[in-house]
Amino acid sequence: MSFSELLTKFFPREESKNKPHTSREIAKERLRLVLVQDRGNSIPDDMLLRLRSELIDVISRYMVIDETQLDMGFNKSEGEIALVASIPVVRIKQENIS
Amino acid sequence: MGVVYVVTSGKGGVGKTTTTANIGAGLAKMGKQVAMLDTDIGLRNLDVVLGLENRIVYDVVDVVQGRCRLKQALIRDKRFENMYLLPAAQTKDKTAVTEAQMVELIGALKPDFDYVIIDCPAGIEHGFKNAIAGADKAIVVTAPEVSAVRDADRIIGLLEAHGFHDLQLIINRIRPRMVESGDMMSVDDMLEILAVELLGIVPDDDSIVTSTNRGEPAVLDASSRAGQAYRNITRRLCGEDVPLLELTEKEGFFSRLKTLLAGR
Repeated sequence: MSFSELLTKFFPREESKNKPHTSREIAKERLRLVLVQDRGNSIPDDMLLRLRSELIDVISRYMVIDETQLDMGFNKSEGEIALVASIPVVRIKQENIS
Repeated sequence: MGVVYVVTSGKGGVGKTTTTANIGAGLAKMGKQVAMLDTDIGLRNLDVVLGLENRIVYDVVDVVQGRCRLKQALIRDKRFENMYLLPAAQTKDKTAVTEAQMVELIGALKPDFDYVIIDCPAGIEHGFKNAIAGADKAIVVTAPEVSAVRDADRIIGLLEAHGFHDLQLIINRIRPRMVESGDMMSVDDMLEILAVELLGIVPDDDSIVTSTNRGEPAVLDASSRAGQAYRNITRRLCGEDVPLLELTEKEGFFSRLKTLLAGR
């Protein structure tokens, strides 16, 4: 063991205290992931329905869409949650093209 | 007219009952008129933590079902004449009391007390809904563990959905050495995740075990660190601006050497 290694062992550098794989960091990361899931699952259905109808209102100002084929939902993958909507467009409303 | 606090956590075993007892006794020591209400019907414990288990004649179910008057069921504390306990029933189950009955009961307590502190059972079912039904404000207790913080997050969501705002968080069982060595989530880690106001931090302390053994809340023990933390919390509830308990003791060369030799 070199003198500098010995020195580091007795007087750890600041960054070695913050290295990512302490159990504290692991706990925080696991908690973050589990809460993304928990919070995502707690979105009430009627809120989704309201969002859906408001979304249709806004988009319909600019284009004609096929509401019957509209598909909307949450995509959960590891660590994040995304709102994904597939909205088939029939035609763009010409009056809004300037 | 008093303020009604419910002490809740979701997860069991993080210190709801200990927190209720210490806040109640702390407020009583400051001269406030305090009533504590145990809503954990079937699994009552607040009486034992307060050392009042031998004085129970009637309980909360007797009151709501009309077998006795409210004043008959309230147990006056032996240390403070301004502190009372309304115990839970031990032989009934949680459905013995309805939310409407609970609201009425708390309405009857409020005019006579400065503070009513409700000890909520673990879980998010009937007992939880009863406990929060008549409360004005909520205190959420958690501990530096993934499961406890997860449940606290769920409880915070439910409380907000029931119209509670300005929730206050107590982080219990902090072990400063472990936080420092990177083996326990810190107060800031948990605040970042839960995003609610911090009411106080309580260190993990052997004196909680001994004070619970004796039925004497730690808040009354001048030498207890956890007791000091609870004294700070009760003063904050009374509107005082009290700095957070200093957790980290400066680590000297010898303690570092000891840790090193212990193979850590």
